[in-house]
Amino acid sequence: MSAPGVPAAAALAGTAAVQDGGGVQLAGALDAARLALLRDLKLAFRKRGQLVQPLAFFALVTMLFPLGLSPELSRLREIAPGVLWVAALLASLLALEFLFRDDAYDGTLEQYALSGQSLTALMFAKTAAHWLLTGLPLALVAPLAALSLGAPLAALGGIVASVAVGSVALSLIGSIGAALTLGMKRSGALLSLLTLPLSLPVLIYGARATQLAMSGATPLAPLELLGALAVLGVTLAPIAAAAAVRISLE
Amino acid sequence: MRAFLDMGGYAAFVWPAYLVTLTVVVLNIVWARRALSRSRADARRRLDRRGGEP
Amino acid sequence: MTWTWFHRLASPPYVYALAARLTPWFAWPAALLIVGGLWGGLVLAPPDYQQGDGFRIIYVHAPSAWMSLMVYTTMAVAAAVGLIWRIKVAHAVAASCAPIGASFTFAALVTGALWGEPMWGTYWEWDPRLTSELILLFLYLGYMGLRAGIEDTQRADRASALLAVVGVVNVPIIHYSVTWWNSLHQAPSVMRLSRPAMPSSMLLPLLMMLLGFTLYFVAVLLVRLRSEVLARERSASWIREAVSA
Repeated sequence: MSAPGVPAAAALAGTAAVQDGGGVQLAGALDAARLALLRDLKLAFRKRGQLVQPLAFFALVTMLFPLGLSPELSRLREIAPGVLWVAALLASLLALEFLFRDDAYDGTLEQYALSGQSLTALMFAKTAAHWLLTGLPLALVAPLAALSLGAPLAALGGIVASVAVGSVALSLIGSIGAALTLGMKRSGALLSLLTLPLSLPVLIYGARATQLAMSGATPLAPLELLGALAVLGVTLAPIAAAAAVRISLE
Repeated sequence: MRAFLDMGGYAAFVWPAYLVTLTVVVLNIVWARRALSRSRADARRRLDRRGGEP
Repeated sequence: MTWTWFHRLASPPYVYALAARLTPWFAWPAALLIVGGLWGGLVLAPPDYQQGDGFRIIYVHAPSAWMSLMVYTTMAVAAAVGLIWRIKVAHAVAASCAPIGASFTFAALVTGALWGEPMWGTYWEWDPRLTSELILLFLYLGYMGLRAGIEDTQRADRASALLAVVGVVNVPIIHYSVTWWNSLHQAPSVMRLSRPAMPSSMLLPLLMMLLGFTLYFVAVLLVRLRSEVLARERSASWIREAVSA
């Protein structure tokens, strides 16, 4: 299991060229990030089955509401934005498990921290990979769930966009909690307690965007707010996650 | 006195509110003092185990 | 001169002794102010023309809400100091704050609900302030949960400190989005202190309560701080003298 870890770390160390700092360091960090991203994608594809789990969970949770409430599409349509986003939030929480678990287990994360490369850049890369593997698929599955809750076809574009952008923020926010609870057994409840309050803005704007899309109006305003959250997340979350990883590995 | 306790008819809300707040105030004092005495006992025990040497 | 003072504050034995000396200086004025505020608020202040005697809940609700926010800010600042400068005493301060803040957030929610029912007809309302207060409770619980989940004290200190800082950055964002959400879905919140300026007979006891609770917080914090400082000193010669006193 450590086999994937060692070559990765060696490759990372190799990119830490020592020539003239500054530009070369940046190139080193970008290269390291690119390597980490590709590695995560490659490893994930070897366990393709696992990628489906959060999506299945999302679909299941969505299904609970018609069964628990009423099969009438008119009623479901009213609650659809909330249902979709609660399900998306919970599914992304579930998917957070995959972010650091394997790397923490086989020592790769330690290698990353010791490699001399910018841990922030590596965190960004890992979170980006995580989004590509969980958030983006979620955005593609969401329209199906939305249709099952009575959403009109015209709304689907807005829904995909809102889940795609919102899940970026969710992955970034979640990475901080995941890094803080590294190595804790059964950290699911604590991770949820840490992550959900911070994810509330995403829920609020995402549900609003979905609601507007479903009513035929343009979801641009909440989408822009979601985008702002994603940008803020990209700027700050990897730094916090890197700090959290260092603390957890002490 | 009765009028005071009655709080203009809102007694059922005002007094529980004061009671809850007072309880929290008292509990915080109790917890803090208990935490301190427990820490001191722990420290004493640690010192004793090491034969009085830190 | 100031630098020496700052350095001394980072010294556990100094802080332990100082906290013991300072506690009465905060505890007694706090008690006086609170008793005075209670007297002024419950007895002296006239009934409100809208809410009758029910408005008097404000004298416990406002201090509780104030405490919940002030304590969180203190906690986050102490956590940041501990994180940046690696000062154990700062982490001890942050750890001491959490239970105090969480319990008063709970009190704020309960007293708010008790105020809401007779005045606005509902125990709970998803208005920005109450919702934000509830979220704050979860932030406290998350902080305490993270601390509890990490065995090593130093790691727990640093991890929870990072969480506190991340939380405090998020609080304005969360509050803004909750306000935005609330403005979309409801008529302007009914649970608002929509009143002209308070007459001084009502305002003065309120200020006394707010100040009294603040001093009370410092007093309780100082007591907890001593126990947290002790717990972080594994082997230090000053402990022997301090705990056998």
